[in-house]
Amino acid sequence: MLVNQFLFLGAILFCIGVYGVLARRNGVLVLMSIELILNAVNINLIAFGAMWSASDAGPNLSGQVFALFVIAVAAAEVGVGLALVLLIYRNRQSIAVDDVDLLKG
Amino acid sequence: MAASFLLILFFGKRVGTRATAGIGIGAVSICLVLSVGVAAQWIDRVNHPPEGAELVEQTNAAYGETPEDARYEVEAVTTESGETVDSQGEGTEGGTEGTDHSEEGTAVTGAAPGESAAALPAAGTEVAAAAEGEGGHGGESESVPPVVNTVTWFTIGGVDFEFGTLVDGLSAMMLITVSIISLLVHIYSTEYLRGDERFTHYYAFLSLFTASMLFYVLGSNTLQMLVGWELVGLCSFALIGHWWEEKKNSDAALKAFLTNRVGDMGLIIGVVITFFAAGASSFNVLHINSYALSGAANATLLLVGSLCLFAGVTSKSGQFPLHTWLPDAMAGPTPVSALIHAATMVVAGVYLIARLYAVFFSGLSIGSSTFHYVAFIGGFTTVMGGLLAFVQTDIKKVLAYSTISQLGYMVMALGVGAWTAGVFHLFTHAFFKACLFLGAGSVSHACHHTFDMREMGGLRKYMPSTHITFAIATLALAGIVPFAGFWSKDEILAGAANGQENAYTIMLVFGLITAFLTAAYMGRAYWMTFWGEYRGHGTPHESPKVMTIPLWILAAAAVVLGFTNFPGSFFGLELPEGWTTRFEHYVEPTFAFPPIEHAEFTPWLAILSTILAVGGLLAAYAYYERNLGPHGLTRHSRLASGGYTFLENKYYLDTLYSDIIAADTKGPLARAAYWFNQNVLDGIIDGSAAVARKVSGFVYRDVDQLIVDGAVNGSGFVSEGSGQLLRRIQTGKVQQYAAILFSGVVVLAGVLVFVV
Repeated sequence: MLVNQFLFLGAILFCIGVYGVLARRNGVLVLMSIELILNAVNINLIAFGAMWSASDAGPNLSGQVFALFVIAVAAAEVGVGLALVLLIYRNRQSIAVDDVDLLKG
Repeated sequence: MAASFLLILFFGKRVGTRATAGIGIGAVSICLVLSVGVAAQWIDRVNHPPEGAELVEQTNAAYGETPEDARYEVEAVTTESGETVDSQGEGTEGGTEGTDHSEEGTAVTGAAPGESAAALPAAGTEVAAAAEGEGGHGGESESVPPVVNTVTWFTIGGVDFEFGTLVDGLSAMMLITVSIISLLVHIYSTEYLRGDERFTHYYAFLSLFTASMLFYVLGSNTLQMLVGWELVGLCSFALIGHWWEEKKNSDAALKAFLTNRVGDMGLIIGVVITFFAAGASSFNVLHINSYALSGAANATLLLVGSLCLFAGVTSKSGQFPLHTWLPDAMAGPTPVSALIHAATMVVAGVYLIARLYAVFFSGLSIGSSTFHYVAFIGGFTTVMGGLLAFVQTDIKKVLAYSTISQLGYMVMALGVGAWTAGVFHLFTHAFFKACLFLGAGSVSHACHHTFDMREMGGLRKYMPSTHITFAIATLALAGIVPFAGFWSKDEILAGAANGQENAYTIMLVFGLITAFLTAAYMGRAYWMTFWGEYRGHGTPHESPKVMTIPLWILAAAAVVLGFTNFPGSFFGLELPEGWTTRFEHYVEPTFAFPPIEHAEFTPWLAILSTILAVGGLLAAYAYYERNLGPHGLTRHSRLASGGYTFLENKYYLDTLYSDIIAADTKGPLARAAYWFNQNVLDGIIDGSAAVARKVSGFVYRDVDQLIVDGAVNGSGFVSEGSGQLLRRIQTGKVQQYAAILFSGVVVLAGVLVFVV
């Protein structure tokens, strides 16, 4: 099967994720959208890895390895992000990212 | 002498007057002894001149460094006889042989003239021996290089500045003259200035004067001569103004010094010009002389140089325009006048011309002209001085004008090429003029310190010594045979009559007129002072021995010294060779000296001048003693009285100098300069200040405030405004930032994919 389908899937998921990051008020939802983006990227990577393996160059694990890296990074990043959201909630009793604009010029 | 000066200056007051005089006299005596020694050595040297290699070496030492082209061809020293012309051919051959000899030996370029000069007269002596019968006196002069000892002080740009002595006949003669007269003046002054409160000061300056005069005549280069010249001027100033409490004495001293200064400008310029004329390499006198003779020197430079040097002579030796200081200088003590203004300082100028004669000879073409500036000024001065001496009532002023007149004689003699005559006159004049001055001092000492001849008279009864010495000196000055003045003055007249290539007839006329005048005014002075009835108050007395003995010595000199230059043949009287022209033989330089013609003794001229002199004396006798002649002329005739007034006001020269030149400089010129300074110069400065103020104001207000500050402020505004605008972007909302980020990424991706 062609790799296009997976790429389309990845693109759609990516766009949904981007929409979520930019347009959601809830901090946790922003983080979830970021996860969505990362997973969309993972799909891309796996798809290309499979494409490579299926070609004449022989089996190749690069795409999967790279996806593994991304998962690890995503996990770390979520940890830090949730810690941030927690602290924001403790200080403001709300997790609306719109209200965190103290650096407004 | 300098040591004596310092000693007296510092210790004189302490050791008292007698010891001071003692120091001074002792020092001068030592100098006299040394001078006599020098003269003896020089005479010996002339009699046994150095030969061969010694000559070469000494010639070289005397010359210093002389370039190739400064070798001069010594034409055979001429005699009147025509045989010399033939001998010249032999002479030059002998000369070339001599040159070859020298060239093989040493690489000294200066040797050639010395050798050729020595070889030439060797040929010439044979001719001279043949021509002796006619009294020619040319070929005897072997070239005797003067003794030169120099130390190079420092060298700048290849020019050596030396410090040394040059001794030849002229220096030796001057040394003796200065020493003797200085010694006699020192002795005389012990009595004349007895009781004076600045006695030691006076002796200090006498010593300094003698020191500087001796330094001057021994100078081996023009710079040294310049130093000596200025020093004697300074001492003259100090000594003339010895009694400076009276304003007229200090005025006279100032006048002397300042008038000399005017001439000194010319002297300094002349020294510099001769330096350049001599190839800009040395100030050494012999170098300059030989360079001037060689023809390698620029003729214009020589002419201008000699005229500038003559300007110095004009002031120092009392020639026509700048003589005005001499009569006023009589305000100083009489021994000072005797020493400085009769015998030594005023002859410094004549010595300058005599020493640098080659420069004058080549520069003014003395050898080939009949009229030139130096001779004319000399001649004019003689007549002018003689005329002025008639209207003086002060005996010292008569003598002062007489000095001016005789100096004119000397300068005129040098101007017509009669070098020996001029220098010989210098020599004899020093003695009899000093005798006259000291005699005048003695007279005033007796007449209670007046010098006015109208208050004297009949002094021969009271002062026999002074009378006789004064009479002898008067006869010598007037030029009566056989006294000294006759021989020297006659030589001058013969020189003018004979000239070099052409006769200087105008100068001869001047000289003859002055011979008459000299006798006349001296006769007048003599008769007014020593004959008739005593017109003063009190009783005059003879001066003490201390004052009269110098008078006798000088009178004796006046009698005897004339015979040192006894001419070859005198009315058929011929003395053996070793007795004639001794002065000329020893004193006239044979080294770096132009070939001048020597005039023969001309009997008709001698007789004429004697007649004129005797006539002058008789005229004075008749007019003043016997009251014959046109007495009261000045009252009757307006022309005569006008002439008298003209003379009395010294040709209005003093008026010209002080009232017109000096006053105009002080008055209108100074005021004009002040006006110029205040209005023009200050106006310019103030105006430029005002302009500067306006310009700076403009710059400040318009440029600085508006433009520069405006730019700065404007940029500030712009920054602030744009900052305000850009501030809106920063909302602090992270999502907004992310949105912008993503849109940027999209744009970038589009560019990357579609364009690249």
